[in-house]
Amino acid sequence: MSEIKVNKVVDARGSHCPGPLMELIKAIRNAGVGEVIAVYSTDSGSKTDIPRWVEKAGHQLIGVYERNGYTEFIVKKVK
Amino acid sequence: MKKILVVGGGTGGTIVANVLARKLSRKEAEITVVSESPKHIYQPAFIYTALGYNLHERDIVRGEEELLDKNVKLIIDNALRIDVEDRYVVLERTGKLDYDYMVIATGSRIVPEEVPGYQATYHFYGLEEANRLSKALEEFSGGVIAVGIGGIPYKCPPAPAEFCCLLDYYFTRKKIRDKVEIHYLSPLPRTFPHEAVAEAITEMMEKKDIHWHPMFNIESVDPEKRIVYSLEGESLRFDLLVMVPPHRGAKVVEESGLGVDGGWIPVDKHALQYKDYSEVYVIGDATNLPVSKSGAAAHFEAKVVGDRIYADITGKKSKPVYDGRVLCFCDAGFRKAIYMDFNYEKPPRKPRFSYLWYLGKQAVNKLYWSLILKGIV
Repeated sequence: MSEIKVNKVVDARGSHCPGPLMELIKAIRNAGVGEVIAVYSTDSGSKTDIPRWVEKAGHQLIGVYERNGYTEFIVKKVK
Repeated sequence: MKKILVVGGGTGGTIVANVLARKLSRKEAEITVVSESPKHIYQPAFIYTALGYNLHERDIVRGEEELLDKNVKLIIDNALRIDVEDRYVVLERTGKLDYDYMVIATGSRIVPEEVPGYQATYHFYGLEEANRLSKALEEFSGGVIAVGIGGIPYKCPPAPAEFCCLLDYYFTRKKIRDKVEIHYLSPLPRTFPHEAVAEAITEMMEKKDIHWHPMFNIESVDPEKRIVYSLEGESLRFDLLVMVPPHRGAKVVEESGLGVDGGWIPVDKHALQYKDYSEVYVIGDATNLPVSKSGAAAHFEAKVVGDRIYADITGKKSKPVYDGRVLCFCDAGFRKAIYMDFNYEKPPRKPRFSYLWYLGKQAVNKLYWSLILKGIV
């Protein structure tokens, strides 16, 4: 984990609308290929949402980590 | 006497100026609002304009001057540069204005041109465009209408789903619903970001025979073949495409180096302050907060910021904070609507479609001009 360089942190804790996945899509659209984004979410739906969208959009889910009261998703833009 | 400068005369800017003007005397503060336009436009009316509702002009547009407290000075001008280091704003015709407190309420702007092939699309994110869409719908006699999203973030996240439901109502009344296929291109795996709300909206869409496509974020449009492509690799042929255009922060924000990732200003999610500048607040669409870009968010943020500046000037120790509150009515047609009220800590519950919430939405449309913009509620 400590070896992964995160280029951008998206703190979407407490976001119900537009929600953490929308915040991730926004960040992916703005990121360069190869960049790594960390998303913080307190929304239980993110655990299914984010992996599904990342897979469908063809990016890479590097990891999902339970933190203190929130979940951290690490996503790499690969195309 | 403190100089309070509000940059932007939209919902948030107007409310914060009125809240402060009511609380502070002329001896305590000089309050100035800078607005690009002398007109104040009620943007939620656009969706109804697009659907051919015969709204009274005063339900859509009023003069900003008549909406501001008499103790607020209004300057109609374009802000060219904001300098938070030396505390001044440069206006195109008026020149330099300095401040003790500044509220940046510059909103967002649409940039449809960022989507290749956007010329073949329609939208309802402006009065002119809503009228154009209204004409196209009037002439539409049958085929596929797709409603999708060309960029994130955008104003009012439920608006495209709401528009699909209202299209169903529109074509039912025109008695050609059986000739129209309505497709909702959802950017998410669901019809709405929050699961409980998505459940209610999905049920409604299925009942109305609205086809919804999960994870379809518009990437480009082929105007000749009339095909819309998603960044997830899918496509759909359409006869009429309604595309929520990408949004960016205001030009002055981008050109002053205050915005990130599309021109949105990073602010503290509770204090609404810009970085370490305790005299600079940001509200409404201009922020990069993970709340919806909506009049409701701007309204609640403006009231918090008004009270914080008032507390500062009058030496009160306790300052209110923004709890992320947003409320929203979503019209499903046939005089039914849903209502959601949530904040950072409290997610929305599964809403119920009812006539009561439809009346609530109509009431908000009326109360906007009086109680809401005055900062009374």
